[in-house]
Amino acid sequence: MRKIIDSLTEKIIFICGMLSIVFVILIFSFLFKEGFSFFKHFGCIKFVFGTLWYPTSEPAQFGILPLIIGSFLVTLGACIVAIPIGIMTALYISEIAPKYLRDILKFLVELIATIPSVVIGFVGMIFFVPVVKLVFKVPTGLTAFSGAIMLAFMAIPTIVTISEDAIHSVPCHYREGALALGATKWQTIRRVVLKAAMPGIIAAVMLAIGRVVGETMAVMMITGNAASIPHSVFSPVRTMTATIAAEMGETVRGSMHYQALFAIGLVLFVITFIINFIADLLLETKRK
Amino acid sequence: MKINPKLSQQLSYCILFLVTICAITPVVFIFFLIIKNGVPNLTIKFLTSMTKDGGIFPAIIGTFTIVVCSIIIVFPVGVFAAIYLNEYAKRNLLTRLIKLAIVNLAGIPSVVYGLFGLSIFVMFCKLGVSIISGALTLSIMELPVIITTARNALNNVPYSFREASLALGMSRWQTVKYIVLPNAMPGILTGTILSIARISGETAPILFTAAAFYVPHLPHSIFDQVMTLPYHLYITSTQVPCVSKTILFGTALTLLIIVLTISLFAIIARLYFRRHRKW
Repeated sequence: MRKIIDSLTEKIIFICGMLSIVFVILIFSFLFKEGFSFFKHFGCIKFVFGTLWYPTSEPAQFGILPLIIGSFLVTLGACIVAIPIGIMTALYISEIAPKYLRDILKFLVELIATIPSVVIGFVGMIFFVPVVKLVFKVPTGLTAFSGAIMLAFMAIPTIVTISEDAIHSVPCHYREGALALGATKWQTIRRVVLKAAMPGIIAAVMLAIGRVVGETMAVMMITGNAASIPHSVFSPVRTMTATIAAEMGETVRGSMHYQALFAIGLVLFVITFIINFIADLLLETKRK
Repeated sequence: MKINPKLSQQLSYCILFLVTICAITPVVFIFFLIIKNGVPNLTIKFLTSMTKDGGIFPAIIGTFTIVVCSIIIVFPVGVFAAIYLNEYAKRNLLTRLIKLAIVNLAGIPSVVYGLFGLSIFVMFCKLGVSIISGALTLSIMELPVIITTARNALNNVPYSFREASLALGMSRWQTVKYIVLPNAMPGILTGTILSIARISGETAPILFTAAAFYVPHLPHSIFDQVMTLPYHLYITSTQVPCVSKTILFGTALTLLIIVLTISLFAIIARLYFRRHRKW
């Protein structure tokens, strides 16, 4: 009897192990099912390179180029701010900070990661957006720039934790070797530790990019939601994620518009899949 | 010109320190602003009265129900999957594929989970916009996180524990059940508590699967729509004109307190268990 129960449990464990694969396939196929009929009716090229997004006009226009540019602009801005700050913070925490400060800083970074994005969006909307409007003298503070800064803040914990891991796992004898050759501590950090930890740091950056591209709530509340090609970083934009979140509630289930939003979801799925795949490869080679 | 290496070390340390301060300051700022503006509105009445009386009680209950449902679903599945990966899986293509699938599940944008939940649970399974649809969507989203933390916890149990148990004639499953799992439980639980904090604040996956703008009564069953705190904050701060700021800040503060208390609890518990580990 016990043998039967045991082997049954082991079967259940195996099934649970398989579930992640099943879910990835399910997610892809359900997005594809809705998205594909859209591609068939509207055309792939027209969808990706179309410059007009007017889903409710007659005839409806479903060009997502403005949305792609919006996502790209916000992501790029967030990266420019978050990558140097994130890596430098990781270096400080793991190599320079004294023990007590290190624990406090790690704790604070972890705390940032748990703040819900809707709260960050809310604070940004109330306090940060008016400041942007005032300082840069733009007609509205709801711009790609404000979104990028807020997203940078949200991406920093990801970069810091994973880079910190990578820096921490650089073998000690690398450092000892450099120090024995007469390098100062800073020269060791810059020329040896940073180089050895590079694959892990790049993976951290990739994962952060994935997170920024997929971020929805804060972006929707701060970037101004204008689905047109932006002229500068100080014009309102709309990202792909925000489009799905903002418009899905108003569409008729099964309509062209509904399917178009699934097609955007499919594009997002593919983008994040590629980014995470590369990050995983980098982390995997590091382990070997 | 060559700068003195000692000097450049001092200089770089200073710069790194300042940058770190820059990275940390906004969080202090956010806490300060929300607490300062939210505390005056955080009364018992605000927390326990219905929406029509200016309270957020239904939203608190809604968030609570969805989070509890999704944790009940995802916890056993995630732990079992972690056990499979750490204790049973061989080093082959299948295992590699599972790991890849987990990494990718973790990276899919939350709003895409919302789309998926809408098409499979709301439409295909005909569960409608309901607590159960939202909970299922959130559980799939949280699955990779639970698997990863549970797997780390299992992996931290020393190998000698397993060898000793197997040497005494226990079967593999008995070893897992009586030796590995109990020793890994603190780690698994703290990881799970952290992910409870995370799903309490998630908005995008429940936008079209569970959340409602306004429900006059508390949910009767898991097939009802609900109001939730993060959605309530989003919708009242963007779509509803002339809502008083104090209500918004009160909602934001409540959400922040819930999320932070849960995660603080998990972080402190983790520190405690690390100190009192048996190995």
